[in-house]
Amino acid sequence: MATIAQAVRMALHMGEAHLGVTDVFGEDVGPPLGGVFTATQGLKTAWNTPLDERGIIGAAMGLALAGCNPVCEIQFCDYAFNTIDLLKLCGNTFWASAGQWNVPMTMMTPVGAGIHGSLYHSHSFDGQATRIPGWKIVMPSNPRDAYGMLLTAMADPNPVMVLLPKALMRAKAEAPYEVIPGEPDDARELRKRIDAPIGDRTGWVPDWPDTELDMIAFGKARTLREGTDLTVVTYGRLARVAMRVADQLTDEGISAEIIDLRSLHPYDWDAIVASTRKTGRVLFLNEDTEVTNFGEHLIRRCCDELFGELRVAPRLHAGEHVPGVGLAETLEYASVPTADSVRKAIVELAEAPEVGRSMRDQPRIVRRQPTIDVTIDARELQASVLSEYAFGGRHR
Amino acid sequence: MTDMTPHVSPEERPSPRGSTAQLPREELIRIHDLMIEGRLLEERLIRMQRQGEAYFWIGGPGEEAFNTCLGLLADKGQGLDHDYFHLHYRSSATLLALGGKSIDALRQMHNTVTDPHSRGRNFCGHFSVREWNLVPITSPIEVQYSVAIGTGLAQARQGGKGITIVQGGDAGSAEGDFASCLVWASRPMQPLPMLIIVANNQWGISTAASGQHGEKYISDRGKAFGMKTMTCNGNDPETAYFAIQEAMDYVRTERRPLVLECFLSRLYGHSSSSGANYVEEEPDCIKLIADKLDQRGWRSHEETKKLTEAKEAEMTEWYKQVLTEPKPDASEVHMFTFAERNHVGGEA
Ligand SMILES: Cc1ncc(C[n+]2csc(CCOP(=O)(O)OP(=O)(O)O)c2C)c(N)n1
Repeated sequence: MATIAQAVRMALHMGEAHLGVTDVFGEDVGPPLGGVFTATQGLKTAWNTPLDERGIIGAAMGLALAGCNPVCEIQFCDYAFNTIDLLKLCGNTFWASAGQWNVPMTMMTPVGAGIHGSLYHSHSFDGQATRIPGWKIVMPSNPRDAYGMLLTAMADPNPVMVLLPKALMRAKAEAPYEVIPGEPDDARELRKRIDAPIGDRTGWVPDWPDTELDMIAFGKARTLREGTDLTVVTYGRLARVAMRVADQLTDEGISAEIIDLRSLHPYDWDAIVASTRKTGRVLFLNEDTEVTNFGEHLIRRCCDELFGELRVAPRLHAGEHVPGVGLAETLEYASVPTADSVRKAIVELAEAPEVGRSMRDQPRIVRRQPTIDVTIDARELQASVLSEYAFGGRHR
Repeated sequence: MTDMTPHVSPEERPSPRGSTAQLPREELIRIHDLMIEGRLLEERLIRMQRQGEAYFWIGGPGEEAFNTCLGLLADKGQGLDHDYFHLHYRSSATLLALGGKSIDALRQMHNTVTDPHSRGRNFCGHFSVREWNLVPITSPIEVQYSVAIGTGLAQARQGGKGITIVQGGDAGSAEGDFASCLVWASRPMQPLPMLIIVANNQWGISTAASGQHGEKYISDRGKAFGMKTMTCNGNDPETAYFAIQEAMDYVRTERRPLVLECFLSRLYGHSSSSGANYVEEEPDCIKLIADKLDQRGWRSHEETKKLTEAKEAEMTEWYKQVLTEPKPDASEVHMFTFAERNHVGGEA
């Protein structure tokens, strides 16, 4: 059973073998390391670039314009900020040339907090990314989606950004639909076949499993969990957090529907509408800073299009609008949503009085006392990936 | 140091009269014809802006000599075996030399739906021609130096004769993308067949290069990367022609990068924002070539005058035609946000 890092690797291999991918490149992406998260080990077309993010995006664009099919990586999205005008250019090239030059490239980059990464390994990018028209943008929360959406990205004639929640790079499937079709069940077997060995790697070639070329269409959300009281629309790392919180809240009598948006552009508005109509209560949940947050756009659309059907005002739970994610755990947890804060946000939404009804007429969600321990160990969700990358990595 | 001191003094620039090497008569005449059309086109664009028939003008008066030669010497075509062009907003003469039509430039100026470069979406001089590997010219200064790395890479692998040509101004060379281009083009593991051009007019809008650039020649920066570098007088078409030819031959056959810095004039200031008035003090390549042709007895001033009038009459016809053409419909605004097919990958 694959981790997200391995899922990315297998998808890229499929891209090379079946989708005409010509280049997988970025800082430390090629041998010997194969990516600081090991997501590009063993690939035929992987190569290392100078330490230059603008050069990486520019090179990918030029390769794409020259008829190649490149996948580039920005090592951490925190270092993609100096490429924004190139990302804009990439997004507007087809439009500006009135349909002459499409730019078929994929950019992948690890995003978000959860690995004690302090200011420059914790940024989110969904807020920035969704403000750049002309790009398709996806953020998987499990290995199957990472695999399937990366395949779709490599087959798409447009620029596609694949945002990878870095705290989940070592996460494995937790449900049958998170399993990659054709992957070995045994995690150890998979590791042996496709993880680069420790020490000398010069003669090593991976033994790729026979996974299927099974793409996941963009613009389709997945309802992770059905519920009747409220809707949580989320993606990436927080999809898993929301699921655990929701599972526990069932015991307290709160039935939360959890939607994993997966694709941020295009996004599955129909899924949001259907669920919000059903519950009348919706929370948008992500970890980017809250001012001009993507969730705010979705709230605006809810107000525009669903106002009469909402029981309470739609809400956003997102990162604090502070300049950075601090290193100390206390600071990090005060900056981005945690299991506890997500729980609080869901409970508050469930208990919020309905708009326009007197308190007396409010239909009540009766909360029961929890029967199990409701505190979630945040560490459980934070596979210790940071210590593994480059510094203490298995390569060294 | 005042802002008016030239960065590289006139004595230090390659001679305005150029080298003594001469082009054959027909070739110089062909260049002259194209330069005349290029200048008349730009002057027409400036008038259109003044008359309220366009919002903004920026373009290439002063770059005709160099850019015409660039277009004539390049290998035009589609795909990796031909040259890729990453040009700037002063490249109209290159477009004409490649076979582009003035009327299409007028269409872009008037943002008509018939504008084949951008369908009324972009400023004048922002050309795009996929059939000739001319990637969209764009406003942000120097991004072309980063994007060009990619076509250079693809061509390095392809082998053959196709090269990547990238061109920008002197002020913009301060941007990181220029450094990116130098670094990536000269990676020891894969040098790129790139002709890296700096069109040095000594100005960035109102800021003189002399106050901002400590390096004597911008092209010298290539030396640190082991690159061959050249400078040339971009106001003289013969000097420019032979310099471009030498540079291209090197890049084509050696499959290595070369930085070519040409010194040329900015004859109508930066853009319509700065008035777009003719600058008397700078050498004018159109006058220089006309003198040369007259002196050699190849084309008299009288003939040049007649030719110019005839071309101007043609330009007027094109201009009138363009004024009758429609603007894009508002419903087009979402068109071409996403591609359905991989056009650059060869899908129809
Ligand atoms: C990245 C960027 N910054 C600023 C501008 C605004 N701008 C347009 S042209 C220009 C000066 C460019 O000078 P130079 O590179 O020497 O080219 P020239 O216009 O002289 O040909 C500036 C600052 C821009 N277009 N792009």
